[in-house]
Amino acid sequence: MKLNILIGGEAGQGLNTIDLILGKTIFRSGYHLFSSKDYMSRIRGGHNFNMIRFSNEPVTAISDEVDILVALNEETVTLHKDQLKEQAIVIFDGDVDTGGKELISLPARTIAKEINPRGVNTVFVGAVLKILGLSIEKARAVLKDYFKKEEVADDNIKLLEKGYQKVNSYFNLPAASGLKDQLYLDGNNAIGLGAAIAGVQFYAAYPMSPSTSIMNYLASKQSQLGIVVEQAEDEIAALNMALGGSYAGIRSMTGTSGGGFALMTEAVGLAGIAEIPVVIADIQRPGPATGLPTRTEQGDLLFAINAGQGDVPLMVVAPRDHKDAFEQTFRSFNLADKYQIPVIILSDQFLADSARNLESFQLERLKIERGLPSPEELAKIKDYKRYEITETGISPRIYPGQVPGEVVLIDSDEHDQYGHIIEGAAMRKAMVEKRGRKIAKLAAEELLEPVYQGGETIDFLLIGWGSSYGPLQEAVQLLNQAGYHTGLLSFNDVWPLPTGELTSRVEKGARVIVVENNATAQFSRLIRSETGLTAEKSILKYDGRPYSGKEIFQRVISEVIQ
Amino acid sequence: MAGFRYESDRVTAWCPGCGNFPLRKALVSALQELRLAPEQVVMYSGIGQAAKMPHYIRVNGFNGLHGRALPPSLGMRVANPGLKVIVESGDGDTYGEGGNHLLHNIRRNPDLTHLVHDNQIYGLTKGQASPTTGPDQTTSVQPNGITAQPFNPIRFALGMRASFVARGFVGEQDHLKELIKTAIEHRGYALVDILQPCISFNKVNTYQWYQQRVYKLDQDYNPNDYRVAIAKAEEWGERIPLGVIYREERPVFRDYLQQLDDKPLVEKSVQPADLEYLLEDFR
Repeated sequence: MKLNILIGGEAGQGLNTIDLILGKTIFRSGYHLFSSKDYMSRIRGGHNFNMIRFSNEPVTAISDEVDILVALNEETVTLHKDQLKEQAIVIFDGDVDTGGKELISLPARTIAKEINPRGVNTVFVGAVLKILGLSIEKARAVLKDYFKKEEVADDNIKLLEKGYQKVNSYFNLPAASGLKDQLYLDGNNAIGLGAAIAGVQFYAAYPMSPSTSIMNYLASKQSQLGIVVEQAEDEIAALNMALGGSYAGIRSMTGTSGGGFALMTEAVGLAGIAEIPVVIADIQRPGPATGLPTRTEQGDLLFAINAGQGDVPLMVVAPRDHKDAFEQTFRSFNLADKYQIPVIILSDQFLADSARNLESFQLERLKIERGLPSPEELAKIKDYKRYEITETGISPRIYPGQVPGEVVLIDSDEHDQYGHIIEGAAMRKAMVEKRGRKIAKLAAEELLEPVYQGGETIDFLLIGWGSSYGPLQEAVQLLNQAGYHTGLLSFNDVWPLPTGELTSRVEKGARVIVVENNATAQFSRLIRSETGLTAEKSILKYDGRPYSGKEIFQRVISEVIQ
Repeated sequence: MAGFRYESDRVTAWCPGCGNFPLRKALVSALQELRLAPEQVVMYSGIGQAAKMPHYIRVNGFNGLHGRALPPSLGMRVANPGLKVIVESGDGDTYGEGGNHLLHNIRRNPDLTHLVHDNQIYGLTKGQASPTTGPDQTTSVQPNGITAQPFNPIRFALGMRASFVARGFVGEQDHLKELIKTAIEHRGYALVDILQPCISFNKVNTYQWYQQRVYKLDQDYNPNDYRVAIAKAEEWGERIPLGVIYREERPVFRDYLQQLDDKPLVEKSVQPADLEYLLEDFR
């Protein structure tokens, strides 16, 4: 059984606080959960909603069907009435037409007025916990963690209890799975955490939805970690600052969304030709231009892999879920350093703003690889050549001031082995080939093949990349339950594109369907250009909203099977 | 002098007689007299003839993108306070393409010296107007004369209250050398606008034109007085003042980074397992 709670209201009504406290309480009660945010690009008013879906089995996607609707205003009921399940419950402070569904009229404002009017939302949290039949012990602890001021925490605990006492239990939940050593985090925090644990020392960025929470996270940790987060004057400066930091010898990163990434592209090329390691997170939102600032899309794929004029050596990684966002960020730093290239992490608003539980990370297994010369190698450096031509294309990298008597020169112009500007044809050719050898080596030795899930004999093969993995997992489960033998291939490395697993799976003859969150089937086109393989069908979504598993399931049935 | 060797033996791409040559000479003398080792100096430049300087002088060099010489230099200020940072580019690169970075780095006040080769013209693209080209001057793309009013870098930097603002002239070698030394020794952002002729494309602002107008600020001039400096910044045309126009001591970019200690970030490293505590937020 999976239950879905929708909390809706205006921007500024504290939806995220309810989401956080309720989510963390359910998480600490030992359930699997997946929470998501749907919000407008404004500070007050409008209509926003958060959803928390939980179960004693893994939850990997959102659902449009609602079991409990927490309505902070009347409009929320009007807008979401059609999503209510048969046995759904609506909680609202007052009277409202629920279309015949059970209404719990909770006098939250009156209750809060007596204790602390600002804690009105906590009354709702208490009520929801009771309706679910969950203990409020965990919620008390969550409130203590959340409200740093003791008296505010105490007020909220009282309000939690009032809400809890006011209503009856409605659900008989299955016992929690008793999960141990779990984390509950969103996609952007997973990237920020991955960067921090990879030893990032400099993060320069310009605020842009939906990427900003990476910067917020690292800024909140900069004192503890002794690192620097700088708000740049624009995205052009942001990436150039990061490149300056990396040249100076420290791990550096920037993050943005498509519009900011567009401004960065010249400096992506600089990182490519000057061979400066850097990690860039592009948290996609629907474009072109300003598009839908707070919504989701996978529309930057072909732009990202082609970022920058000329033949830019780069890598693009699209994390498939929260765990992967952490792991791929950590790996991106190692690969950027080893190959001296820009590595672009292509995430999106859906992954960025959704949170889920996952097994804690085993940090002792992670190894930072800077790709810098060893002390013995350093001692041998004389007449240093930043761009020494080597068999692998990778030149020994030192930073300014590291070796007495040696200087480090990098150049955005084509250059010789010392980094000096040149125009000669032979050296130009040699340098292009040197950069090409690095990418060839990376493609041969480093790429992660897509994960495959499904039986060996299938009739349908669904292919996705990046954050569609969770919804696809649920869709494939539903298709198999309905008797359609379906497998799933999910990519995270998208450039260079690993083609081995893809080719062998497709050769087995299943009907191939590529599922993407964009309008022009960008991944299908990439597969075709890299392998010559053509998918039978693309399922596309470009309304700015994420897929649910059921939506993909239904569209496979209606657009492919029927 | 038993100093360091800075001058690269590379043949330059500069025109014979270019103002970049005397500028380089003054810079090399300044570095020699300050006894800075080449590996202790990092030069950031953009694109243009002036921006090729890192290829013609032997120090660490970051020859980046047009207009973007300043942002990467901030990365160095974060990573390593021990090295001397010189940012060097032309008037088009600095005041045109890179204007936004100039404005915000004056606000940040990072410890660096910004040498702007100001020849009042675009040289490498063959003679179009730069932000500092004089009014009514005609060029290939402004055949009827320039109508936008010229950018006054000194007044701009003072308006932003830059912590060090100076003007030099390549025709005054010793003066320029001393000016560069003073700028390098200043703790904070130091802008030195350096007048130089473009012998190929600027037929107005020639050596002779400058020599007839420039004069050196003397000991009676007080560069610590902001109001006096503002008035001095207005002076352009018949008489052009050279020297330190304004300076003040104030905290630099790095002083505000209280999370950093004296050990440069570049000398620090971390092990993932040491950061286990970061996971607590998510439990």
